[in-house]
Amino acid sequence: MNKDEIISIKGVNKWYGDFQALNDINLTIKEGEIIVICGPSGSGKSTLIRCVNFLEEFQEGSIIVDGTKLTNDVKKIRQVRSEVSMVFQHFDLFPHLSIIDNITLAPIWVHNKSKQESRKKALELLDRVGIKDQAEKYPNQLSGGQQQRVAIARALCTSPKIMLFDEPTSALDPEMISEVLDVMVELAKEGITMICVTHEMGFARKVANRVIFMDEGQIIEENTPDNFFKNPESERLQLFLEQILT
Amino acid sequence: MSTFKLKTAKPAPLSQVGVTGWLMQNLFSSKLNTAFSFIAIYLLYLIIPPLLDWMIFSADFTSATNNECTREAACWSYIGFKINLFMYGMYPSEEYWRPNLLLIITVAFGIIARLLKGNRYKNKVILSLFFIYPFIAFFLLYGSETLGIAVVETHRWGGLMLTIVVASVGIVASFPIGIALALGRQSTMKIIKFLSVFCIEFIRGIPLIIILFMASVMLPLFFISDIDFDKLLRALIGITMFQSVYIAEVIRGGLQAVPKGQYEAADAAGLNFVQKMALVILPQALKISIPNIVGSFIALFKDTTLVLIIGLFDMLAIAKLATSDADWLGRKTEGIVFVAIVIWVILFLMSQYSKTLEKRFNTEH
Repeated sequence: MNKDEIISIKGVNKWYGDFQALNDINLTIKEGEIIVICGPSGSGKSTLIRCVNFLEEFQEGSIIVDGTKLTNDVKKIRQVRSEVSMVFQHFDLFPHLSIIDNITLAPIWVHNKSKQESRKKALELLDRVGIKDQAEKYPNQLSGGQQQRVAIARALCTSPKIMLFDEPTSALDPEMISEVLDVMVELAKEGITMICVTHEMGFARKVANRVIFMDEGQIIEENTPDNFFKNPESERLQLFLEQILT
Repeated sequence: MSTFKLKTAKPAPLSQVGVTGWLMQNLFSSKLNTAFSFIAIYLLYLIIPPLLDWMIFSADFTSATNNECTREAACWSYIGFKINLFMYGMYPSEEYWRPNLLLIITVAFGIIARLLKGNRYKNKVILSLFFIYPFIAFFLLYGSETLGIAVVETHRWGGLMLTIVVASVGIVASFPIGIALALGRQSTMKIIKFLSVFCIEFIRGIPLIIILFMASVMLPLFFISDIDFDKLLRALIGITMFQSVYIAEVIRGGLQAVPKGQYEAADAAGLNFVQKMALVILPQALKISIPNIVGSFIALFKDTTLVLIIGLFDMLAIAKLATSDADWLGRKTEGIVFVAIVIWVILFLMSQYSKTLEKRFNTEH
């Protein structure tokens, strides 16, 4: 394994019962890379990134995250999860905890940070995503865009090496998408490794190092953003781009 | 194209506001509703005045003996004479201070817990109070030779005191066991899941009265040795078993109502199983289950009257027992009405408390 490789996915196959959700996925990601994955719904893109932090089990192949090979070993899974943060489509903030407690939960309990230290960092992060004044409120008192920004702050507060975004803007009202994307663009500039499942092609064009197109559980095309949008090679991708860009 | 000016709000019509508004909306909104309202008012007219007359206006509060007391209405001096029996059963009268002191300690603990709100040692203090309380309660009520507190055997306990002991032990002990069973039922480990499901389905299928009967009459037949299990203890174990499986099912409902995303978010954050459950899932599941949990506890409180079958004298059993007093013949109704009022007040407070809990945990403003 190369020194600057942080994620290595080799020959991964996954089935839900009879249905093959992932079909021979091979992908290596270098430290600091921004990868955007897109594709039609049901193409396996969410399943793929959920395999990276083992929210989904896979039956064949191997995934190595920052030197740790994912197996059923609970310790190893938690080791990986403590370095990989995830932002979900439906935010999935904890509704019974205040914003600040949402953010400091993992630092305190998983990373054994002190409460003061975590709170200080959480407030800095909330400031960065532009909602410092909401710290004591509860998730349901915030708009969707604000909630997703809190979710990003929550993901960042553990100082992860890798961030996974699972369609972070798909559940948002149109006028709230840009406030979340702005935060993600800022983040991309800082050199954290990111894998984003998203249909926001503007975002992909702006920050991605590589764009990956998936269909039927397979990686169909992998390209630089420029080529991906201007000279798509596969027919399937051309069709997909036509559909979403018109 | 046309534009419109913003209009100012008009005052609401009379049918929407004030007393007439309330009456129109709630009692006389339709023909059927009006009919029901009149029927209900008529029924209340039939029931309430005679009841109040029997209970209060014609009732006798002062007469010293049964013969002087009125026969047409309630004779509350009967309750006055029997009050200690209703409260403590056959507990020796010179030791009444012990349950009374326990009651004071209970209230004091409650006040301490309230006063600590926002204090950073709050959880630790409450937890330690929670752990020493059962010992205080045991030594005060039962006594201990070594501590020099006279032992009062449990067969002398009775009345409201016994009712509260049985209900609160049942409630407090069944809660953690219920949570464990509910989690066990959701476990991916097949053996644990099977055992949990087996316990729940087996015990749930047996009426409490049979569990109590078996615990009291049949268990001693199986154990030929001389181990003499305390009768009250056996009842407590039976009731706890019974209540645990109901609580388990109620909490399982709550667990299933927590969205899958919450489990995933907790997993993705790297929390281990215990942290995930204690910090993320259970607080939400329990919040959802509060009405049903309290409902189940209220049912348990009422079920405690069944301990009569194994020879324990809870408050209702005392009400019956007291009628055998030759000095106070024919006063059964007063006793039962009194018990009903006391139990109703306690249960009403419980359900009110459940409402405050729901409000306190409600974070959806």
